[in-house]
Amino acid sequence: MTTLELSPVPEAWMAVCEEARLTPGRGLAALLPDGRQAAVFRDRTGRAYAIDNRDPFTGAQVLSRGLIGTADGRPFVASPLLKQRFDLETGRCLDDDEVTVTVYPVRLT
Amino acid sequence: MTTPTIVLVGHGMVGQRFLEALADRGVTERARIVVLCEEPRPAYDRVQLTSYFSGKTPDDLSMVEDGFMERHGIELYTDEPVVGVDRAARTVTGRSGRVVAYDHLVLATGSYPFVPPVPGKDATGCFVYRTIEDLLAIEEYAKSATTGAVVGGGLLGLEAAGALKGLGLATHIVEFAPRLMPVQVDEGGGAALLRTIEQMGLTVHTGTGTQEVVTADGAVTGMKLSDGSELAVDMVVFSAGVRPRDQLARDCGLDVGERGGIAVDELCRTSDPAVFAIGECALASDGRVYGLVAPGYEMAQTVAAVLAEEAGEDTGFTGADLSTKLKLLGVDVASFGDAHGTAEGCLDVVYSDSRAGVYKKLVVDAEGRLLGGVLVGDADSYGLLRPLTGTKPPVSPEQLVLPAGAGAPVALGPSALPDDAVICSCHNVTKHAIGQCGSLAEVKKCTKAGTGCGSCVKVIEKLLPKAADQGLCGCFSYTRTELYEIARALRVTSFAALLDSHGREGAKGGEGCEVCKPTVGSILASLNNGYILDGEQAALQDTNDHHLANLQRNGSYSVVPRIPGGEITPEKLIVIGEVARDYGLYTKITGGQRIDLFGARVDQLPAIWTRLVDAGFESGHAYGKALRTVKSCVGQTWCRYGVQDSVKMAIQLELRYRGLRAPHKLKSAVSGCARECAEAQSKDFGVIATANGWNLYVGGNGGATPRHADLLAQDLSDAELIRLIDRFLMFYIRTADRLERTSVWLERLEGGLDHLRDVIVKDSLGLCDELESLMAAHVSDYQDEWAQTLDDPERLRRFVSFVNAPETPDPTVRFVPERDQIKPDLTILTIGTLEGALSR
Repeated sequence: MTTLELSPVPEAWMAVCEEARLTPGRGLAALLPDGRQAAVFRDRTGRAYAIDNRDPFTGAQVLSRGLIGTADGRPFVASPLLKQRFDLETGRCLDDDEVTVTVYPVRLT
Repeated sequence: MTTPTIVLVGHGMVGQRFLEALADRGVTERARIVVLCEEPRPAYDRVQLTSYFSGKTPDDLSMVEDGFMERHGIELYTDEPVVGVDRAARTVTGRSGRVVAYDHLVLATGSYPFVPPVPGKDATGCFVYRTIEDLLAIEEYAKSATTGAVVGGGLLGLEAAGALKGLGLATHIVEFAPRLMPVQVDEGGGAALLRTIEQMGLTVHTGTGTQEVVTADGAVTGMKLSDGSELAVDMVVFSAGVRPRDQLARDCGLDVGERGGIAVDELCRTSDPAVFAIGECALASDGRVYGLVAPGYEMAQTVAAVLAEEAGEDTGFTGADLSTKLKLLGVDVASFGDAHGTAEGCLDVVYSDSRAGVYKKLVVDAEGRLLGGVLVGDADSYGLLRPLTGTKPPVSPEQLVLPAGAGAPVALGPSALPDDAVICSCHNVTKHAIGQCGSLAEVKKCTKAGTGCGSCVKVIEKLLPKAADQGLCGCFSYTRTELYEIARALRVTSFAALLDSHGREGAKGGEGCEVCKPTVGSILASLNNGYILDGEQAALQDTNDHHLANLQRNGSYSVVPRIPGGEITPEKLIVIGEVARDYGLYTKITGGQRIDLFGARVDQLPAIWTRLVDAGFESGHAYGKALRTVKSCVGQTWCRYGVQDSVKMAIQLELRYRGLRAPHKLKSAVSGCARECAEAQSKDFGVIATANGWNLYVGGNGGATPRHADLLAQDLSDAELIRLIDRFLMFYIRTADRLERTSVWLERLEGGLDHLRDVIVKDSLGLCDELESLMAAHVSDYQDEWAQTLDDPERLRRFVSFVNAPETPDPTVRFVPERDQIKPDLTILTIGTLEGALSR
């Protein structure tokens, strides 16, 4: 059984869920020890990603409920509220250069 | 130097065009402009008058851009006809007694309908067809009439007949000439037109005049014709041509023509150089009175140039061609150039297909130059042929009239036109001028081409650079409609398979995107009718569909149980109240006669729905691109005006189409009588009860771009109504674009309402069986998504705030009180992180 783990702070890992809980193409929210929230995703190929769950444009903790996609070969998630897209690898907002969300390292063990 | 005053008498289409031309030339900045007009409203599009009956409002027809008068400091007095002109004192006097002094006077008084001097012509129930007020009066009177007659089978007469038919009247057309539209078309064209119009159920009497309008107690009861026959009719509309309104000019001693019309020279000056006349009231220097708008516009431009002192050698109105293209009663009719073949030694090439009601004739000279032509039933080539008039077409004349596929196909595109060919004859715009623009919107803005009768728009589109990529998104180069057809034909059942086989090269093997995933998800749901939240399909749905609820701004959801037809028992109402109270939800009545419960956290949704489902509620699909509600008035059961049971029908329709996935949301309503309390005409499909059954309206919308629905069919039985709606919805789902409401779809649909009627009423494409069976499958496969979800622990697992802490609610979803209920606490959302909010 494979577990998805996330690193909320450098050098520390926490278990999030069994990999199979994640439907490819969709995300789930995870509560981090310090009260922050992460949005974790898995794509068609099985690759996992984690970014901050907070949509910086509205303040709501909803990015885990966005749809993921590919633009110019790069994976992104679109906020379910106002549809801004965020690169899942860098956290950069594709629709506003000034905005970035935190990216958390993930691994499958 | 004092500011000169220009007074315009009459504010019709030509008058407004004159004002625009003055503004374009800067004259409005250096002169005082005063407009006096008789009608109670500013200029409107008289050419499109009949479209009032297909849902256009008087405001839609307005020709005056908002703020135009104010911006240019023009004084407009409506309801103020000029009753006298004193040329010696240079003043005009309005009906109210207002006196305005002028330096230049421009008469644009238009024309009045000619009413033949027959006995009974002034009886109650006799009308003319000229102004919006005329239309309103006809509409009102028609409510108590069943049969009507139109005197005149010309252009306006057929428009009027179309209007009467649209109002549900049995309609007669009486034309004195031996054929319909005698001015525009020849005998063969008239015959094709006659057949088609008779097939529509109108009765045509040609070669006979109106002898008398028969009346009883002062109201119309019939008509006597010159051939001895009698018609029983309740109302008569005279549209037997127009006459120039030159009385004002006569009264002040200006020269008028023998047969009417204010005589003007090439610069549109009357016999008094301070007075001009333009449009239908003017007798042009070539001895003709022009009853079309395009020559009027040219005269308006001419006078504006003269007043701007910018008149050059080529300024002047010396005559205009009478080319026209119209859609009358759904039939295309066009004539251009020397349509009747009056030139010496000319020859004609004729194609006629009586079965299809198509007639085409081209007039050519001995050298093969195109002189003119008549097109009936299929006038698509008008936009190309008219500009070619006077030239030798690059292909032979017979190729120009044969339908594509018969004999040699026409290989002639707009690229074959010379640069100076006039593409828009309403505004006199050449191919060269259009070539300077990049888009249709730009063409309309910069040159006004395509904004008159609109017949040239297709040609303009072909002249513009190839439209940008029409593909759905960065992943697919196909449109939604094309993807629907691909998925249907190839029985595609997975998004990944469709993306990998039909995606753009760079997108294959990828994830798709937030645009194509829900779109394809909706297509697959429409075609396959299964539970939409399992397997791969789960990943295609927007969060609203994914959680079967509507995401709100703070990350909470709202819940809308279905209340079919807006009918609800007290017991169920109490359950909704109890659920809302127990979960602290904000409640609000929606516009669709149901109740929205706001402020549920994602982890509360299953418990809330367990109670709702136990009480007999189902999902209301408020979260989906699907049928929302079928609103209803209380109907015949209670209402003293009702003529059918609208609530019963609304419930039946709502239960039939619940859960149907579509390109966009669908709304409906059923009204129990013509008072229309359910506002059915603002819905995607609306039903209004009649004494004989139901009228079906389609393509209505409220929202940002309101549109009145179009009447698709009348007096339907219950079964007929449902069959038509089945077909309508499935045809829409099949052919609409992503997020395209029925109103926009119908506007875009080539051939519009007529085409839609052909396809789903007359089954012209042979599609109806398939459309019906798709709907039958939807109806039989329907299951309530919330009941299905609650029955399955695996499906319920997604309803947690945190996957790693399923018992913990999201602490950022908080509320504060307002007006005895809750509202989102937005202050909490402005905090970047919730450091220390939890100890774990």
